[in-house]
Amino acid sequence: MDVTWYIVLSALLFAIGAGGVLIRRSPLVILLCLELMLNAGNLALVAFSRAHGNAEGQVFALIVMVVAACEVVVGLGLIVAMFRRRLPLDVDEMRGLRG
Amino acid sequence: MIYVAFFAGAIGAVGGAVAVIALRNPFYSVLALVVHLVSLAGLFLLLYAQFVAAAQVVVYAGAVMVLYVFVAAYVGAVEEPIWEPIPGQRFLAPLLGLALFVELSIAILGTGLSALDTEGPTVELGFGSPAQIGELLLERFLVVFEAASMLLLVAAVGAVVLAARRAAPPAPSPPGSPDSRGS
Repeated sequence: MDVTWYIVLSALLFAIGAGGVLIRRSPLVILLCLELMLNAGNLALVAFSRAHGNAEGQVFALIVMVVAACEVVVGLGLIVAMFRRRLPLDVDEMRGLRG
Repeated sequence: MIYVAFFAGAIGAVGGAVAVIALRNPFYSVLALVVHLVSLAGLFLLLYAQFVAAAQVVVYAGAVMVLYVFVAAYVGAVEEPIWEPIPGQRFLAPLLGLALFVELSIAILGTGLSALDTEGPTVELGFGSPAQIGELLLERFLVVFEAASMLLLVAAVGAVVLAARRAAPPAPSPPGSPDSRGS
C-alpha cells in the first residue's frame, strides 16, 4: 500500500472540508468542516511519518489534535454565547465587523 | 487484505466527510463526523500509529464529539435559509473545492519525493507505541508539550468566560425554551 494513496485521500478530505466551509452557513457546521480539514492534515502527517519511518510526525499529529480541541472549545463557547444573546446562528448575518 | 482495510477506511472517511456537509440537521452532521473520525482511526492503525489511533477514538470521537452533541442539542436544529446571500454560492463552492483537490493531487502525484511511492521503510517493533510517543513528547518535544497544556488551560478558561451567563442579559427569557432564539 503506497503512502501516496493516503496523501491523496487526505487531499480529498481537505478539499471536502474546504468546500463545506464555503457552502454551509451555520457556524456549528463550519466548525465541523474545520475539524475535517484538521483531520485531513493529521492523516497526511501520520502518512509522512510512516513514509520516513520516523515517529515525530505522529507527535505532531497529537499536538494538532490538542489545537483542534482548543479551537472546538472556544468555537462552541462562541456559538453558545451567540445563542444566549439570541443572535442569528448564520455567518452571513454576523456582519457587524465588515465595515 | 490491507487493500480491503484501506478502502473500507477510505470509504468510511470520505462518506462521513460528505455526509457532514450534505446533511441539513447539524445533529446528524456531528454523528457523521464521528463515523469519519473512527474510520480515520482505522487508517492510522494501518500506518502503524497505534497511539494516535487510540487517542483519536478516545479523545476525539469520545470527548470532543460529546461536546459537539451537547451544543447541537442545546442550540437545536437551525435550518439554513434557502435564499443565497452570495449569488451562485451553491454552485461555486463545490467547484472551488474540486479545484483545490485537483491542484493538491497534481502536486502530490508530480512530487519528487520518491519515498511516497513505496510502502515506507520497515519499522521496528514498537513504532508508534505509547512508549515511543511518550519518550518523544517528554524528551525531544517537551517545550511543545508544555505549550500545548498551557493552550488547553487558556482555551478552557476562555470557554468558561465566553459561555458564562451574563448578569443582566438584554430581555431575559427562560433559556432553553424553543422561542428563545430570535430570527
